[in-house]
Amino acid sequence: MAGRRWGLVAGYAAAVVVVVVTVVPLLFVVLGGFRTNGQLNTDPAGLPGPWVWDNYRSVVTSPDFWRFLGNSALIAVLATALAVGLGSMAAFALSRYAFKGREAVYALFTLGLLFPLGVATLPLYLWLRQLGLLENPLGVAIPEAAFSLPVTIVILRPFMHAVPGELEDAAVLDGASRLGFFWRIMLPLSAPALTTVAVLAFVTSWNAYLLPLLVFNDSAHFTLPLGVATFQSQYSQDTARVLAFTALSMVPALGFFAVAQRRIVGGLTGSVKG
Amino acid sequence: MAAPAPPRPLARTVHSARERPARRRGRTRLELALLLGPSLVLFAGFVLVPIGIAVYYSLYSWNGFGPLTNFVGLQNYADAFGGAVFRGAIGHNVVIAVLSIVIQLPLSIGLALLLDRKLKGRTVLRMVVFAPYVLSEAITAVIWLLMLQPNGFVDELLRGVGLGGLVHQWLADPGLVLYTLFVVMTWKYLGFGIILLLAGLQGVPPELREAAALDGATGWQTTRHVVLPLLGPTIRIWVFLSVIGSLQLFDLVWIMTLGGPANASTTMASYLVDHGFKRYEFGFGSAVAVVLFAICFVFALVYQRFALRRDTAGALTRAVS
Repeated sequence: MAGRRWGLVAGYAAAVVVVVVTVVPLLFVVLGGFRTNGQLNTDPAGLPGPWVWDNYRSVVTSPDFWRFLGNSALIAVLATALAVGLGSMAAFALSRYAFKGREAVYALFTLGLLFPLGVATLPLYLWLRQLGLLENPLGVAIPEAAFSLPVTIVILRPFMHAVPGELEDAAVLDGASRLGFFWRIMLPLSAPALTTVAVLAFVTSWNAYLLPLLVFNDSAHFTLPLGVATFQSQYSQDTARVLAFTALSMVPALGFFAVAQRRIVGGLTGSVKG
Repeated sequence: MAAPAPPRPLARTVHSARERPARRRGRTRLELALLLGPSLVLFAGFVLVPIGIAVYYSLYSWNGFGPLTNFVGLQNYADAFGGAVFRGAIGHNVVIAVLSIVIQLPLSIGLALLLDRKLKGRTVLRMVVFAPYVLSEAITAVIWLLMLQPNGFVDELLRGVGLGGLVHQWLADPGLVLYTLFVVMTWKYLGFGIILLLAGLQGVPPELREAAALDGATGWQTTRHVVLPLLGPTIRIWVFLSVIGSLQLFDLVWIMTLGGPANASTTMASYLVDHGFKRYEFGFGSAVAVVLFAICFVFALVYQRFALRRDTAGALTRAVS
């Protein structure tokens, strides 16, 4: 009994430590945005006093922040649509059709789980240059979709495989073709798994740094991660403003996470168990 | 499955009578091409082929412009391994991987075990702990860059709690920079490990713990001999992801240190980008990319063979028994 109580106490102590360590850097950024550079210099770990809104105001009213945000959103939506659209078709083929070489094709896709984007970047860059996709959102969205395909297929295939064959028979009986079955029955049934892979593809693309770094030279095309890093080096003397900029850049990711939390965690643990 | 087939439904019979088998097979092929084709094209075109081309480029001395004429064979590889900077970079990647396993893993396991109780506010706790993982590496890098400024937030905090003696040039000291980066990585990825392990712990049947307790096992014995072995698959996957991630480390390094000072935090990926895109050594950069890929690939194969295979076998025996 006593052991259990101590366990509980230790649990709460661990929870407090973990939360503090996690949250303090985030609070530093958010609160720092409400301070002046003078305040930050004289007392780096202090609280805002008085609270200053100028930094946040200047970020929110500058077109840069919104442009970065828009670019990131556009690229992430494109990459997600491509990865989930094409990935679900491939997963359907790999789970419901018997054909020679099926396992080989599947193995090829799972191999993709190991390929670091970094390895492919040099030829990928030249390839995109040849295709005229540099400085183009598609130049980032298409490769990111390609790199998201493996995880999409690896999660969707077992899910689609588990859908009972009787459902397919019934659909055929009602005159549906196999593609009709895919479109009208399999996709709606797979909605939970589709949401998971969509969230994963979206987050991956949203957070990507290397590919946008290579593809975009013109800051008008920058995505948020690229924009934050550039803003930091550009205004390194104006720490307060960089803090405000960074704090606002965290908002979409954290907000999205709060909404999609279950899907993100579920997707990760699901892929581990699967 | 083995039950005798029911009489074929009428619709299907009519269907197959109209469409002869050969035609149906043709149609299946068409459907397969339609379903699989786009993914294969995308995947081959933007993942597989670029990696294959990297192997080809790596045999040339080339600046990325003009024709590929200057064939140098394996010279780029010899140059890469002959240089102390690249050998150092591999070493840095390995140090990060080893530190992850030696420090992050026990830390995540310990915290997951402690947090695997019916604590109040558990849902909120999980969300908070996971938050850094959701932020991009770029944002993480900028946050810590700002906190680690000389006489900045971290230094002030240390002085505030009487540990002023610990204050260092966190990112400018060649002997320290790699460990500073490791701390930042731990901040970002610890939550991921904890959540993964908590999910694994939910898969441990409570009866097993109760049975162990009835047999007189202490809490520690139960953890050591019952819970940890059952966490094996989760731990092995975590190790796999962590090592592959350590080998590919780029964003944090590039934004926080550019591999400096004096190459003390150069990684294979930062070395590759530095030579490929900053110095236009596309042939040499490709050779580095191929080495990075080979290391990841060999590790994955070996790990799959010796560590992950057991999980598949274990899953099978568990399903049968």
